[in-house]
Amino acid sequence: MVQKSVLKKRLGDIMEKFKEENYNKRFDFELWKKLFGYIKVYKKELIGLIVVMTMVAGIDAVFPILNKYAVDNFVVLETVEGINRFALIYGGLVIFQSLNVGLFIALAGKIETGIAYDIRKLGFKRLQELSLSYHDNKAVGWLMARMTSDVRKLGETIAWGLVDLVWGFTMMAAIMGFMFYLNVKLALITLIVVPFLIMLSLYFQKKILQAFRVVKKINSKITGSFDEGIMGARTSKTLVREKENLKEFKGLTFKMKRSSIRSAIFSALFLPLVLTLGSIGTALALWAGGNSVITGTITYGTLVAFLAYTVRFFEPVREMARVFAELQSAQASAERILSMIETEPDIKDLDEVIKIYGDQFNPKKENWPELKGRIYFENIKFYYNKEEVILNNFNLDIKEGETVALVGETGSGKSTIANLCCRFYEPKEGKIKIDGVDYRKRSQLWLQSNIGYVLQSPHLFSGTIKSNLSYANLDKTMLEIKRAAKLVNADSFIKNLPEGYKTVIGESGDLLSTGQKQLISFARAILADPKIFVLDEATSSIDTEMEQIIQKAIEKILDGRTNIIIAHRLSTIRSADRIICLKNGKIIEEGTHSQLLGQRGYYYNLYTTQFKEEVQI
Amino acid sequence: MKNLKLLFKFMKGKKLLYLGSILSIGIATVFTLLNPLVLRIAIDNIIGGQEFEAAPWLIQIINIFGGRKFFLESLWILAFILVIFTSLRGLFLYFKGKWAAVAAESVAKNMRETLYDHLQHLPFSYHGRFETGDLIQRCTSDLETIRRFLAVQLVEIGRAIFMVAIIAYVLFSLNVKLALISMAVVPLVLIFAIVFFMKIKKAFKLSDEAEAEMSTVLQENLTGVRVVRAFTKQSYEVEKFDKKNVKHRDLTFRLISLLAWYWGISDLICMLQIGAVLVFGSYWAATGTITLGTLVVFTTYEGMLLWPVRQMGRILTDMGKMFVSLERIGEILDEKKEDLNEKGFSEKIKGEIEFEDVCFSYEEDEEILKNISFKAKAGETVAILGSTGSGKSTLLYLLAGLYDYEKGSIKIDGKEITDYNKKSLRSQLGLVLQEPFLFARSMKDNIGIAVSDASDSTIFEAARTAAIHDVILNFDNEYETFVGERGVSLSGGQKQRVAIARTLVKKPPVLLFDDSLSAVDTETDAAIRKELKEVNEDITTIIISHRVTTLAEADKILVMEDGKIVQEGKHQELIKKDGMYKKVWKIQNSFGSEVGFEKEIG
Repeated sequence: MVQKSVLKKRLGDIMEKFKEENYNKRFDFELWKKLFGYIKVYKKELIGLIVVMTMVAGIDAVFPILNKYAVDNFVVLETVEGINRFALIYGGLVIFQSLNVGLFIALAGKIETGIAYDIRKLGFKRLQELSLSYHDNKAVGWLMARMTSDVRKLGETIAWGLVDLVWGFTMMAAIMGFMFYLNVKLALITLIVVPFLIMLSLYFQKKILQAFRVVKKINSKITGSFDEGIMGARTSKTLVREKENLKEFKGLTFKMKRSSIRSAIFSALFLPLVLTLGSIGTALALWAGGNSVITGTITYGTLVAFLAYTVRFFEPVREMARVFAELQSAQASAERILSMIETEPDIKDLDEVIKIYGDQFNPKKENWPELKGRIYFENIKFYYNKEEVILNNFNLDIKEGETVALVGETGSGKSTIANLCCRFYEPKEGKIKIDGVDYRKRSQLWLQSNIGYVLQSPHLFSGTIKSNLSYANLDKTMLEIKRAAKLVNADSFIKNLPEGYKTVIGESGDLLSTGQKQLISFARAILADPKIFVLDEATSSIDTEMEQIIQKAIEKILDGRTNIIIAHRLSTIRSADRIICLKNGKIIEEGTHSQLLGQRGYYYNLYTTQFKEEVQI
Repeated sequence: MKNLKLLFKFMKGKKLLYLGSILSIGIATVFTLLNPLVLRIAIDNIIGGQEFEAAPWLIQIINIFGGRKFFLESLWILAFILVIFTSLRGLFLYFKGKWAAVAAESVAKNMRETLYDHLQHLPFSYHGRFETGDLIQRCTSDLETIRRFLAVQLVEIGRAIFMVAIIAYVLFSLNVKLALISMAVVPLVLIFAIVFFMKIKKAFKLSDEAEAEMSTVLQENLTGVRVVRAFTKQSYEVEKFDKKNVKHRDLTFRLISLLAWYWGISDLICMLQIGAVLVFGSYWAATGTITLGTLVVFTTYEGMLLWPVRQMGRILTDMGKMFVSLERIGEILDEKKEDLNEKGFSEKIKGEIEFEDVCFSYEEDEEILKNISFKAKAGETVAILGSTGSGKSTLLYLLAGLYDYEKGSIKIDGKEITDYNKKSLRSQLGLVLQEPFLFARSMKDNIGIAVSDASDSTIFEAARTAAIHDVILNFDNEYETFVGERGVSLSGGQKQRVAIARTLVKKPPVLLFDDSLSAVDTETDAAIRKELKEVNEDITTIIISHRVTTLAEADKILVMEDGKIVQEGKHQELIKKDGMYKKVWKIQNSFGSEVGFEKEIG
């Protein structure tokens, strides 16, 4: 089962990548409307930003007029009268504009960080609610990318894209207004280049983005190669493969260089082309306008003012093209993150159940009945995908306080039973009754609070040993924590660590051996004190001494609970009250160790294949 | 200084490209500054009919063509010149962009390859001492910082210098007093920018760190989703994430607020400067100290002057960051590569191994191996039992020349191993590590990885011997099945078997198993060992194991404790003597009272 789910995951990855590359879609109005629903808390800031940006652009458009005013009123008239007042007004405007600049950056920052925060918060909450069927099908990296870079991009584009859009629109509108006001014919002649400019800009921005995406992809391959090179350095040495590795790596760096240069050339071409196109507009204005002055159709002053505006017209156009290209990729980010937030969990408590027992985040523990520990699988049918039924008409009754060991090959359905028992998945048909009641009539939290689950490969969180041990219940005292650690024999090695229980274990927990991590996860489970205990035993063997310590620890945990064990250790299997042999989702044998040996069947075979070797000694 | 030398080393052969790039930007700058001039002459002098006040040579050129009248009649020429100048500016901007990119990407390529090769050739002990994440970060983000600086900012420094120099020259030659006013804030803005960006570095770092913390919580939550559910800690996790989320939001907002102050204040200074030039210029122009033309030049160039100066602060800060990154990369390259003794023996070995009084320690006063002596004849199997930390793995590493021993001698076929070419030695000693690393490629490529162009039949045969052939055939894509990130799609035992198969493809005369069958079930373990003997009887094997079933079959068993060989002999001899071997044998046998025993079942 483990393998299959991983394979499925991988396939999912490939599909997602495929999807991600094909997102060059048109403007999706519905999506943005939906998105606006998430960001409308920032309405005030958004409106404020629009107002401020309009002012910024307006004042930017006014400055050339002030220049003209100074020339016309002081220089041409050869008088300095009123120049003080002019200086004051100019200075005032400058101060006002500076305030605006500071304000719009702060506002955009507020919106950017706020939106990112809100969406991450929603996303994280949703991830806690989504069923494991969702998590098992999505690679961690994929989800991480949604929650980090996609959200970041969305926040940035909404905030700063708005800044650029408002500025660009206002500037363009203001300048176009002036131009048409000054002379319609001249304005039309100058604006001839604008459609070309827009087309050129859109084309290049798209190309640049595409080229950039290629670079990013190769870059992540290079990162992967470094990762492999470093992680596998020892292996490469023992296999004497250094030269071939480098050769392969050089293939990647060559591709990287080629595509980076390609991407840079697109960028390097874009600006010159825009500038040249813009200069054609200016040149047209100069030529046509100059001739008009000569023929007397327009005044000299009009031409001067007109040209001053023409020069400034093309920058906003270029900016807008950039924003539109960015919006397109932000739309893709929005699509991905919203689709995650809006996924409904497969497993949900019924409304009436929530009414009585509370939901995941607000449990009503006062209404929770006590869990005793009888588990009854009644006519269960289950599959991960329809073509491959794992369990069919499966029945199993586990008594309160009984220890059941599940034995069978990979794929026989052992892990599925554990998953169903914890309600990580729900049966497609049939019922699972806890203490005689269908578990769907109680809340997920009620069941899971009473179940302890220890996995094959222990997962520890970064933080101190103590915080890991008390994960289940943060109120536990040091005394209780130590008692639990002692019970599983973890106390002695913890005490020997540089800072004892306060030792910080890093992200990967490299400080501890596999066996030690297992012991910590056992102690953690003991502190949670569950009524039902599900143990997925590790297959990899550790040295004989550690093996014995772990066996003792397991004995301690199992004491006084209902236990379901996916067993690999003979000692655990032997001590179980009942051994269930599974094959293709069916129980083929069950009983105690000695009963099963007596049957001379599947279990006996499993057992004696080991024995054959033993007698050869 | 040392870092600069390193940078120059990487830039070797690309300096001409940089020179070209910087020159291009210089030429582009000249055209940038010429354009307003053309426009002004067209408007003021040609159309407006004002007196020329340009340089005499320019007036001469215009006169050659027939003076103002000629140009007035064919205005298109001026319009055309405007377009030509802009195109030329664009052309040189393009050259700048392209050449800088080619240079920077070549440097980056060179750095990547140097780093990769260097990392591969660092001694065995280096790996394990350093955190993978940190090393990767140095090879990727630090390298990216350097690349970006070389591709974008370095040339920008050139632009700023050209811009300021040319404009300063033009302005000072027109009017010294007004030029002084125009340039007054340049040093001020520059200093403000540098000081500010130095200060803000910390805010950047804090925001980055907050993001990293947030990502860590997210990642741990996602990888540990079953643990979170099993302990019903969803609410707690939501709160934990929210704390980091809030911290990240606030620190990032703080950073942006600081930037808001920066751009607000620097805009204020710059716009006031432009205003001052306009007011003073107008005053002097009105009173006749300067001409109108001069005023226009000043107001036009002032804006062009201030922008690159403001950018300088940022560029200089980035340069600081670049040097930090360079140093971090330099630290890796400073580590000495392993000496492979490439001139040593590289003949085929038979496989006779002899340890004599070998001592070794990783760190001073902590001896890992103490006076180890033993012999293995060609074709023999030696098994080693010992608890964690007894030095058994180290023994194999020493034999493979992965560490250098200090005392004693290790001989293969009677020759000291230090006299061998290390690569040749290693390729003949098939060392299989306990936790093998599989590469992210197909099963077939993984097994054939050590031998270039290994034939399919060789690969299948090795896989059969390692009892992994049938497992692979059960995968959907059989031998083309991809081994995922670090081989996660395989169980520990399967990984170990793949590792054994890939070693067998090399057909080494000596096999060294560092507990390489620990995760394989006993039955398969035995089958593999049987198969190995059948394939090649002459193979010398040293095998570390915890399984008595494995140990018992060896020609010789060594029991190690605290770096010493405490027991040596055959199975039948050792179970009669008190000691660790007998103890382990008893533990492992204790369940076997009914029918026999094994500690593991499928």
